[in-house]
Amino acid sequence: MTHTFLGLPAYAPEGVGNLRGDETFPHAARSALKNTQLRRNLGIATSTIRAKRAAVVGELPDWEQLRDAGAAIKADVMARLPELLEQLEAAVTARGGVVHWARDADEANRIVIELVQATGAREVVKVKSMATQEIGLNEALEAAGISPVETDLAELIVQLGHDKPSHILVPAIHRNRSEIRETFLREMPDVPDDLSDEPRVLAMAARAHLRRKFLSAKVGISGANFAVAETGTLTVLESEGNGRMCLTLPETLITVMGIEKLVPTWRDLEVFLQLLPRSSTGERMNPYTSMWTGVTPGDGPQSFHLVLLDNGRTAALSDEVGRAALHCIRCSACLNVCPIYERTGGNAYGSVYPGPIGAILSPQLTGIRGHGDPNSSLPFASTLCGACYAVCPVKIDIPSILVHLRAQTVDHARAERLPNAELLSMKAVGWTMRSPLRFGRAERLLRIGRLLGWRRGRISALPWPGSAWTTSRDLAVPPKETFREWWLRERGQPGPPGDVGGSP
Amino acid sequence: MSAARDEVLARIRAAISAPTQAHLPVPREYRTSTTLGADEAIELFVDRLVDYKATVHRTDSAGLSSTLSSVLNSDKSVVIPPGIPAQWRTACTDGVRLVLVDGDPAPLTAGQLDEVGAVVTACRVAIAETGTIVLDAAPDQGRRILTLVPDHHVVVVFAEQVVASVPESLIRLEPTRPLTFISGPSATSDIEFKRVEGVHGPRVLDVIVVS
Repeated sequence: MTHTFLGLPAYAPEGVGNLRGDETFPHAARSALKNTQLRRNLGIATSTIRAKRAAVVGELPDWEQLRDAGAAIKADVMARLPELLEQLEAAVTARGGVVHWARDADEANRIVIELVQATGAREVVKVKSMATQEIGLNEALEAAGISPVETDLAELIVQLGHDKPSHILVPAIHRNRSEIRETFLREMPDVPDDLSDEPRVLAMAARAHLRRKFLSAKVGISGANFAVAETGTLTVLESEGNGRMCLTLPETLITVMGIEKLVPTWRDLEVFLQLLPRSSTGERMNPYTSMWTGVTPGDGPQSFHLVLLDNGRTAALSDEVGRAALHCIRCSACLNVCPIYERTGGNAYGSVYPGPIGAILSPQLTGIRGHGDPNSSLPFASTLCGACYAVCPVKIDIPSILVHLRAQTVDHARAERLPNAELLSMKAVGWTMRSPLRFGRAERLLRIGRLLGWRRGRISALPWPGSAWTTSRDLAVPPKETFREWWLRERGQPGPPGDVGGSP
Repeated sequence: MSAARDEVLARIRAAISAPTQAHLPVPREYRTSTTLGADEAIELFVDRLVDYKATVHRTDSAGLSSTLSSVLNSDKSVVIPPGIPAQWRTACTDGVRLVLVDGDPAPLTAGQLDEVGAVVTACRVAIAETGTIVLDAAPDQGRRILTLVPDHHVVVVFAEQVVASVPESLIRLEPTRPLTFISGPSATSDIEFKRVEGVHGPRVLDVIVVS
């Protein structure tokens, strides 16, 4: 591992984990859009969750006040992060837990592997966790000869199908029931051949498959939704009970948690236990929430390890505008309202963090390594409509951070003196609009466009460089007459020079 | 290990431009108490539970024993934590049912619990607005494993344990105890977003509300 300067905020390293895809968003989106199954499933899922969320959020008269409190608590956490992490470490240690610190994905994976090896276990049961997906823990465990068993139903479907999750909350939303049935028949040795594709039957097959693994598991691995600094209490919210199984039955529990997932006090959970379930699954409360503090003699795992993970978080924290992305509580409400996500799904974003929050989080964790970096395209995967900001339970101003990151990308390209279509066209527009004569000529030139779209009233295909626009959207046909021509015809004289704003 | 700790903390300090020990203000304008009466809170609690597909039984302390034994009617064996009242224990034994007491003589293993049909426990607090029951592993609720492995959970909630909202529940809890918040039976919507009740946790949840 190379550390140039001790203590400088660092990006997540390349070559490990799942924070960056292989192709840019526009390329990945193009193939995702051709998948009609995916688009149908996404359409149903996102509209269903949107409606459920709206209904349960509407039940709380103080929703906006809860959001204000949630946003303020997270801002306070970021401002006092070193002190709060030390407080958490002391509280967990005092209650019999062991705290580990990991600078990056490699270090976190190595810590977990060594802890598992020390128990002698060859198999571990896992609760769905974004942090362990982010660092590629499953791949690292497999390379070390340890089998990770994903126990969340959707994660199990993804794992058995050698597939990638496409939604933070419902990772297998891109698979339909018959595909899932086939995966189970192929990968689960103990299912009957006449397995039907009813969701209930499939869920019960997963229950039977996992039950023996739970009852014999020696090591459980989890993430955490929240950690309370003052008490050392960790929290996992879930629905199926697989989380309770992993957190209760094994002798050893290893929890991997990003350094930003803290809340200062026990009382702060009264805010987040209301914000998260309603924003996430659209439920008043998720079926199961587990909380534990260190080790409880005679109850649950007798050995508890907490791995605190940086992996690019300090780099995000060093950006005064962008750091609000670290306030995220992983509810996925912004995915479900995003017109882009709804059409492309999560895999097009490349990272484990998809949707609007992923578009601001992933590039900040990895940094932008230059022209053609898939993560440099993510801040552009948005219409800036603001729906994500409106639903965010901790009021992250995602559109403003997107614009901020776009500016960084453009500056980056300018500094590298790369040919950039956007920079060139902006320059051309600037040159044209600086002179009334040139602008007038350009307006008349545009009228040629009427020939291209005269039949349908819109233009669907232009030669390069106009094709950059028309490959993904239509262009309106230019009007017969420009505004200035209309003015001249109606008023018989040109408007006063420089009178742009106009008077009534 | 400590090198990583020092470096992560140093990185954070470098990243925060103006490190501060001062707390940023947190506006707490949300509701922390309620105007809901005790009866209204119980009605709301029951309504939420039914919505989650839990089965609710209303009774008074005189009727608790008979309610317990009828709820357990189809279970051949039941496990109880060591600290539940003697009256409940008698009701559980009713009929030819096998009753196991966790910790008497020894703590039960996961394998033993997997063979048991039902578990009967008390709870610490219940939240009306969200239909949530909170267990804190006290002697009348037992170790977390007891309410996890058996397929049928019967939980007794007393009217005075029901609070209206989440903030009112947290002040009644001791954070360092192992806590389990239960809101209906386990469920999944992972396949085509169709809700299936009952996955890994107890598939049947019976709640006896004692007023």
